[in-house]
Amino acid sequence: MAAPTGYIGRPLKRKEDPRLIQGIGHYVDDLRLPEMHHVVFVRSPHAHARIRSVDVSKARSAPGVVLALTGKDVKGVVGPIPCAAVIPDMKQATRPVLAVDKVRFVGEAVAMIVGTDRYAVRDAADLVEVEYDPLTAVVNPEKAIANGSPVLFEQYKDNIAYRWELEGGDLKKAFAEADKIVKERLINQRLIPVAMEPRGVLANYQPGEKQLTVWSSTQIPHLLRTQIAAMLGAPEHSVHVITPEVGGGFGSKLNVYPEEALVAYAAMQLGKPVKWIETRRENFQTTIHGRDQIDDIEVAVKKDGTILGLRVKVIADLGAYYQLLTPLIPTLTGLMMCGCYKIPAARMEIIGALTNKMSTDAYRGAGRPEATYLIERALDLVAAELQLDPAAVRRKNFPQPSEFPYATPTGVIYDSADYQTCLDIALKKSDYKKLRQEQAAARKQGRLMGIGLSTYVEICAMGPSSAMPAGGWESATVRVEPTGMVNIFTGSSPHGQGQETSFAQIGADVLGVEPDDVLVTHGDTTAVPYGIGTFGSRATAVGGTAAYKALVKVRDKLAQIAGFLMKEEPEKLVFAGKKIFVKGNTKKSMTFGEAVGAAYSAKSLPPGVEPGVEATTFFEPTNFTFPFGAHVCVVEIDPETGDVKLKKYLAVDDCGNVINPLLVDGQVHGGIVQSVGQVLFEEAVYDEQGQLITGELMDYAIPRAADMPWMETDRTVTPSPVNPLGVKGVGEAGTIGAAPALCNAVVDALSHLGVRNIDLPVKRERIWRLLQKSAPTASRRAR
Amino acid sequence: MAVEIQVRVNGKAYQHSVEPRLLLVHYLRDVVGLTGTHVGCETSLCGACTVVMDGKTVKSCTVLAVQASGSELTTIEGLAAQNGNGGGLHPVQEGFWEKHGLQCGYCTPGMILSSVQLLKDNPNPSEAEIRHALAGNLCRCTGYQHIVEAVQYASKKTKARKTR
Amino acid sequence: MIPAPFEYVVPKTLEDAVRLLERHGDEAKVLAGGHSLLPLMKLRLAQPRYVIDIGRLRSLSYIREESGKIAIGALTTHAEIESSALIRSKCPLLAETAAEIGDVQVRNRGTIGGSLAHADPAADYPAAILALDAEIVAASAAGARTIAARDFFVDMLTTALRPGEVLSQVRIPVQPPRIGTAYCKLHQPASGFAIVGIAVRLALGDGKIEDARVGVTGLGPKAFRLDAVETALRGKKPSSALFAEAARQAEGETEPLSDIHASAEYRAEMAKVFTRRALEKAFSRATSGPASSKGKSSGAGAAKKPPAGKSGKKAKGKRK
Repeated sequence: MAAPTGYIGRPLKRKEDPRLIQGIGHYVDDLRLPEMHHVVFVRSPHAHARIRSVDVSKARSAPGVVLALTGKDVKGVVGPIPCAAVIPDMKQATRPVLAVDKVRFVGEAVAMIVGTDRYAVRDAADLVEVEYDPLTAVVNPEKAIANGSPVLFEQYKDNIAYRWELEGGDLKKAFAEADKIVKERLINQRLIPVAMEPRGVLANYQPGEKQLTVWSSTQIPHLLRTQIAAMLGAPEHSVHVITPEVGGGFGSKLNVYPEEALVAYAAMQLGKPVKWIETRRENFQTTIHGRDQIDDIEVAVKKDGTILGLRVKVIADLGAYYQLLTPLIPTLTGLMMCGCYKIPAARMEIIGALTNKMSTDAYRGAGRPEATYLIERALDLVAAELQLDPAAVRRKNFPQPSEFPYATPTGVIYDSADYQTCLDIALKKSDYKKLRQEQAAARKQGRLMGIGLSTYVEICAMGPSSAMPAGGWESATVRVEPTGMVNIFTGSSPHGQGQETSFAQIGADVLGVEPDDVLVTHGDTTAVPYGIGTFGSRATAVGGTAAYKALVKVRDKLAQIAGFLMKEEPEKLVFAGKKIFVKGNTKKSMTFGEAVGAAYSAKSLPPGVEPGVEATTFFEPTNFTFPFGAHVCVVEIDPETGDVKLKKYLAVDDCGNVINPLLVDGQVHGGIVQSVGQVLFEEAVYDEQGQLITGELMDYAIPRAADMPWMETDRTVTPSPVNPLGVKGVGEAGTIGAAPALCNAVVDALSHLGVRNIDLPVKRERIWRLLQKSAPTASRRAR
Repeated sequence: MAVEIQVRVNGKAYQHSVEPRLLLVHYLRDVVGLTGTHVGCETSLCGACTVVMDGKTVKSCTVLAVQASGSELTTIEGLAAQNGNGGGLHPVQEGFWEKHGLQCGYCTPGMILSSVQLLKDNPNPSEAEIRHALAGNLCRCTGYQHIVEAVQYASKKTKARKTR
Repeated sequence: MIPAPFEYVVPKTLEDAVRLLERHGDEAKVLAGGHSLLPLMKLRLAQPRYVIDIGRLRSLSYIREESGKIAIGALTTHAEIESSALIRSKCPLLAETAAEIGDVQVRNRGTIGGSLAHADPAADYPAAILALDAEIVAASAAGARTIAARDFFVDMLTTALRPGEVLSQVRIPVQPPRIGTAYCKLHQPASGFAIVGIAVRLALGDGKIEDARVGVTGLGPKAFRLDAVETALRGKKPSSALFAEAARQAEGETEPLSDIHASAEYRAEMAKVFTRRALEKAFSRATSGPASSKGKSSGAGAAKKPPAGKSGKKAKGKRK
């Protein structure tokens, strides 16, 4: 890859920051339009109930209210929530935008109130009268799929959404040849994404032009546009979606929500701008949740730690309805269940359970953290069972670097890796041997110190299209303006990742200009070509590559023009320092601006070359990428309270080539801390009636600054062969690697007391109970 | 029923007639038109709505606009000017930029104002003190490490300016 | 989250405030800093018709020493208490407790009067107020009366304040020498409130514990004194063994609270653990001199730092 001026790989400050650190950027709630109306939704307090009636008449006549809609009003008018996932024999759990006959989770919207003043609209919502006939709530997924459970959808006889199986290799042989079979039930609890900016939608309709503009805090502007058009029955080209600043997503905004279509519908009805901003309580109740799997694992191993086979039965709690990708997410766990190990045979069975809760869907990692958690916990269980060091068991089962591309029994092909080196660096940098000595000394003093490892591989840079419901490509248009300023229009729409900077770095290097000369535009369906979106750590690997390819097209065209004017072979020309010159002869040159000017003035173009400087690329990778890494973490547990203190964290990650190391570190840090939240604090708790007990930040803890020690990060660089930038992706790596490392450390701290496993989250009381149990004997529990 | 209030926001005087129940954060955003102060949790936990009121950081989602009447307020938009740096960035803002102390930027205004208050009270905070002082500001993107570095940068920078 | 509409009333004096309160009765709520009342109003769990904002009564914001007592005006913020030089030297337990409340912004705004009158079962102050044998002054149209801390907390979110009364002042006896105090707390990880919080005041003399007072918050529906622990300590020779033994008595008469953050059983056990820790800490402070609010529990580190009385002192001067 040509990087003559070398901005790629440099820790450039972000171009998006000046507006954000001064509070002058614009998130959806910061946008104001004349005569803007406001929306409040009336939501179900019941998890499962038949709706007898919804009476909005009082609300409709309240001061300032202009529109009050119920499910009956919009049935057949605004289409249901789309689900892009298809699994054979899957039941349909389709969510209407407003509930009509039945509500199926607490927070499901039953009415929509629109008015001129947001406070008055809130008051009017209290005037809506809804009569419910409560039904028994189905909350526990195991009970949900059992015979005799009340059903969520009466057209079906049970709550089993689907059964899905994946098997590869000779499983029978593996289990027959095993010296030991290690079994455990692992819980990956339900999580709430908690992007700091709640969702928000603003819509405006111009009846004359027949143009609907929707501003939404989304990760997928183009897909949203297509879906809104479909839900409203509007021609797609009359719908314009804009994503302004997006205050975090983590997958929770990779979706299409009822509010997006309903706010747009209201704007069309009223011919006025209409805005809805989610409250935090609504965010907890009605924005997608993540994880929520029960994994029963069986590992067939030889005495020396060689893993022969892996069998996993999964119960995935899908919630009440399908959102965009709900049924698909657990299947990603299947693809990645073997982790970074050579496991000859593997099988996963998934039962998707419908329950009276909010839908689960893609949350940072989306199925892969669950896979990594189960395999990394499995490796530690094996090590404990065989009394081997967890690092040794890992090393024993790594494929060699020469074995790549490496095909797993689950049908994926890992692109490139060197797991050994990565682990070696992690062990060396953390001084693993010394840590084990410290641990032995700590135990003698009665202190509970634990060391946890995880070596992970993840699947990301989502593409190719064969594996993606909406297509696995990404787009970019590059346009160089007559003044030489460069625009990159990307289909990837960031929400904190910093593509305005990293893509500008790519642009600067390819065209030999400065990053400040490159403006990256995103998130506007009119301005940029159709894109898929930012999720699955794909923006740089797929979207960045699309930008790179469009940039190369533009550069090639400019080289043709410059070569024609300079009477040189275009192939011999180099772009650097805002100049185009002959390789090895910097004297013979013209400025970048002159070449661009020539393209636009079109006075002396080479024959057959069109005027203008613009190119579009749709890039589809041939395979996913597979970032990997090794994380080491050290904890100490307070033996009296069960409180876990994180003492050290080291992450050695390999995300292929790095465009901007500052941004990569930021992604890794943030990812790790998000998993620290999962392991130590976070859990969406529903009670038996289906009420979300952790419905606010008062009861759902996410990590604070003081919960973390200083994190040390390092990298190895194994370029991916599937894209010309050699990048793999890093958005989810920290999250995927960290949860098992931390949980392994906690279990390790208690292993001498016979503890083999702890369910997530490893809350203080949970540990305290284990300590109570093991205290009298202080020796291992027989298994 | 409406109540007259007078405030100074970022050095500028405002007078409005407001509903007593109007929250300060909504007053600043919807009435004064300064949208840099964000609403994150509404339960005075996340700190995205942090503003400086009479020299002290407060969570403006849990203050009524009428309670702020007569007060001097600083929001993120006014921080640079308050620095007396000819409109240049405040050292804490610089730190957040230099050290990549933000990703999505939503928590950033509150995070910056809390950091400014910390450095005012304690110009040389240790890492632990920085982390403790930011207990009232939640960030879901950065993992806080670059934020800690941003505050350390600002602390050093402020010292350097003073000794000059 | 938007409060329901209400009438906003600003009394000019405390006398005005109590008159208004008497007039409006149940329909009125008193607003101080707003950090207890406003969250309830935003959830519409409280929908008062009148809000009486006493927050502007500057005369209710002070910290001063008068006749052997530290008198704290109801509107004094947690931050002012945390950083008050007077409180830190003469009643460090209260400063230590204030530093454990919420976060910087909450401490800048929340007031001692508001917090005590709200009587959240997991609030921090009540434990310290009990251990310090503080008095609470309630003003009403009929005049002022004094309520002993022990009698103040009646039940969950319920105090001994009568209708028409406003909490106007908290009075704490100046602590004599050879006193050691400590507040130790297990935080609820999301809200920062106390799962259990134990405030201890130990008075030593003649190699013995002359007096012991232990207040607990978070354990039950209201804060209370751990009488059995106190009895187990009084007159005894201090030792780790004694503290451990006494801490085992840390049980209330009522069933401990139970929620998703801590079961009743765990809370009860943590009350014992934190009682022992607080006793140890208070004892070590009692024996290492009066100004020994150093070596505080983790988390309070930065809170100690702010230059003493910087904001509090100045404001106080003005008010005097």
